[in-house]
Amino acid sequence: MSIEHDVNKEVDCSGMLCPMPIVLTTKAIKEVDIGEVIKVISTDAGSPPDMKAWARQTGHELLEYVNDETVFTFYIRRAN
Amino acid sequence: MGTSNVETKRLALIASKGTLDWAYPPFILATAAGAMGWEVGVFFTFYGLTLLKEDIEPAVTPMGNPSMPMKMPFGPEGFQNIDWPIPQLAMNIPGFNSVATGLMKQTFKNKGVATVGELRDMAVDLNVSLIGCQMTMDVFGFEKEDFIDACEIGGAATFLEYASEADVSLFV
Repeated sequence: MSIEHDVNKEVDCSGMLCPMPIVLTTKAIKEVDIGEVIKVISTDAGSPPDMKAWARQTGHELLEYVNDETVFTFYIRRAN
Repeated sequence: MGTSNVETKRLALIASKGTLDWAYPPFILATAAGAMGWEVGVFFTFYGLTLLKEDIEPAVTPMGNPSMPMKMPFGPEGFQNIDWPIPQLAMNIPGFNSVATGLMKQTFKNKGVATVGELRDMAVDLNVSLIGCQMTMDVFGFEKEDFIDACEIGGAATFLEYASEADVSLFV
């Protein structure tokens, strides 16, 4: 299902609603080095479009997005 | 990602209302924009100014607010989904507002929404500029000391100059 990624940091936003997933993602991405990957888990149904918009706006690379019914998992590489 | 959009954008918000329901939109937008790397300024005016107080306890009332769902944040799911028809007259009962406020806060908590205070702390962490309106302070008798340290004070010209360089400006 998911491609293997070397994950340097994991953030679990389960049960949290907007804007927490992108706020915690922002915090986490600042804590890894450029080129490293974070994994973000969210149950907020608004996360898929929001996380994509966040990636476009910040320039970080959304490597993969896995939708497991009600759980969304994002792999993001720090780009800058 | 190919083309990365990394030039800094700016969001200018006016927060003019201090009730619980209206306190959320400016703080949610400010923190989301801050998380996206935008420069954000929120100008707090009129009743919105109370959101800069050290201890914020925004309340909400269904009075004159017929679209507000009146639901219970406890009990079985079917019970929680009932939208209670509360007559406007009943809303005059002393303590009704605090009950309504308590119920809405509990609902937000149950659903995983951060409190207004938590969102404000996050906004400060994300370097959002919080600007209090000097004119409203004079009208309502507030001093700079009544507000959190992170806020600045300004007037209409301060906001307009800031907003003139903004990509998105909203009045809430």
